Amino acid sequence: MTVLVFVEPDDELSLQAVTLARSLDGEVHGLSIGPAQAPVDVLHVAEIEGTYAPAASAAALVQLIEQLAPTAVVAPGSDRGNEVLAHAAARLDLPMAANVTDVRGDDVTRQRWGGTLLEEARVHAELKLLSAAPFAFPVGSASAPGRVETFVPDLTGADTAVRVVETVGASTGGVALADAKVVVSGGRGVGSSEGFAILEELAALLEGAVGCSRVVTSAGWRPHTDQVGQTGTKVSPDLYIACGISGATQHIAGCKGAKKLLAINDDPEATIFSHADYAVIGNLHEIVPAITAELRKARGG
Amino acid sequence: MRILVAVKRVPITGGKMVLSEDAQSIQTRHLGFTISPHEECGVEEAVRIVEAQGGEVVVITLGPAEAEDQLRECMALGADRAIHLVSDEEWDAQATASALLDAIRSEEPFDLIVFGNESADAGNYQVGIRIAYALGLPVVTGLKGLTVADGRARCEQEVAGGRDVYDVPLPAVVTVKEGLNLPRYPSVPAKLRANRKPVDARPVERAAPKLEKLRLVVPEGQGKQAEILGHGPDAAPAVVEVMQKLGVA
Repeated sequence: MTVLVFVEPDDELSLQAVTLARSLDGEVHGLSIGPAQAPVDVLHVAEIEGTYAPAASAAALVQLIEQLAPTAVVAPGSDRGNEVLAHAAARLDLPMAANVTDVRGDDVTRQRWGGTLLEEARVHAELKLLSAAPFAFPVGSASAPGRVETFVPDLTGADTAVRVVETVGASTGGVALADAKVVVSGGRGVGSSEGFAILEELAALLEGAVGCSRVVTSAGWRPHTDQVGQTGTKVSPDLYIACGISGATQHIAGCKGAKKLLAINDDPEATIFSHADYAVIGNLHEIVPAITAELRKARGG
Repeated sequence: MRILVAVKRVPITGGKMVLSEDAQSIQTRHLGFTISPHEECGVEEAVRIVEAQGGEVVVITLGPAEAEDQLRECMALGADRAIHLVSDEEWDAQATASALLDAIRSEEPFDLIVFGNESADAGNYQVGIRIAYALGLPVVTGLKGLTVADGRARCEQEVAGGRDVYDVPLPAVVTVKEGLNLPRYPSVPAKLRANRKPVDARPVERAAPKLEKLRLVVPEGQGKQAEILGHGPDAAPAVVEVMQKLGVA
């Protein structure tokens, strides 16, 4: 029995996918486009010239599936992982279960609503195509594969017709939201675009990033690139500070990856508190500057 | 320019997921409904393209009779007409793609077919890609930027550290994400006009799902007991202490 896992280089979600693959029965084979580090038994490295082309990755994956006849194919629950797996599913006309958190024989548990709801589902197919829900599986070591083999896919012009032709720089500076160790995030309670100044000050002091809820971007107070949530950026900082955020599932889906969550809200009944590790009750416009001042004091500034 | 946008009716979930008794759906008695957010941006983008270049925006949905409300919302944003595949059941992604495909093939060819990157509720990440393969069209996913000119689509995808750009010939399939634009608030006259625009309702029969939903489960972890650090600005020293403990101060 063989399980095949699609891995991307330097990608934590790919290592999580390997953990899911390891939990299934069989020898674990990996496919990477270009060299990668992944703790699989055999890593097949496909060289595809040029920039990322989703259909070419999928063609390679499907050809390796035909060669190895695995019982399951696992991909990381990233944009690219889900994309390549969906291409493969379309090519093979097989069902695909996205963002899986558990596998029991033919049954899987998968995430809905950005992980705020789970679905138990049955896969009616010999070959299961699964992507691993982000941060649902621990990361093993990024140790070297047992064996590395070169895989040469047979690609057509159609496979490489759609590809990245250019990468343009990000317009925003500072710490990227997705990578920030601390995120200071504001919701409706911040009240205005100008109200975010105190959040920016605290975030800068903590070398973190400023985030916001969907209400804020809809109101035009912050750009969508700052939005944390199911339809915004999903973050996984050490500390997430939610200021004046009520805690709609749309938002929780984006910040539930945080190791710790501190909620500041003047409504003691706010839903956010049932997702928080720490709570401060009161007016964020008074509390946030007080934290900033206290932090400066603690640093002897 | 003829553009088709596929949309889905989803509940506005608020703060807590409450399941129906049979655990097949979430209880929506007290909830409003909306267009899945990525797709609302898809409709807005299609309308902007047609406003600038001329043509037609058609919206399509697979959903219950009530999903006509969302089709009317789309038409209030500026879509010209709607196709409604009427079914009360929830369909898996393969069957959904197959039903949409039949409808697409019954129409004159579209220059651009727009999907949300994933639906807010089911989050299957695949219907648009399946349609593209069935039609033999190029597909680019997860767009945060789109420029349509001279028979080509320049597509921008947000990635770590920048934007990846794709350039594909039309006709093409794209899937889009919220943030592509900020959808307009429909005016009252636009809403009234939407009520007079045509909705082509067609009953459809669901095929047996290959990814079969058995039941829904509310994940553990809701209802955490937060440690209260204090009330008002006096809590600041306790907050800083926590930051020091976590090693982020």
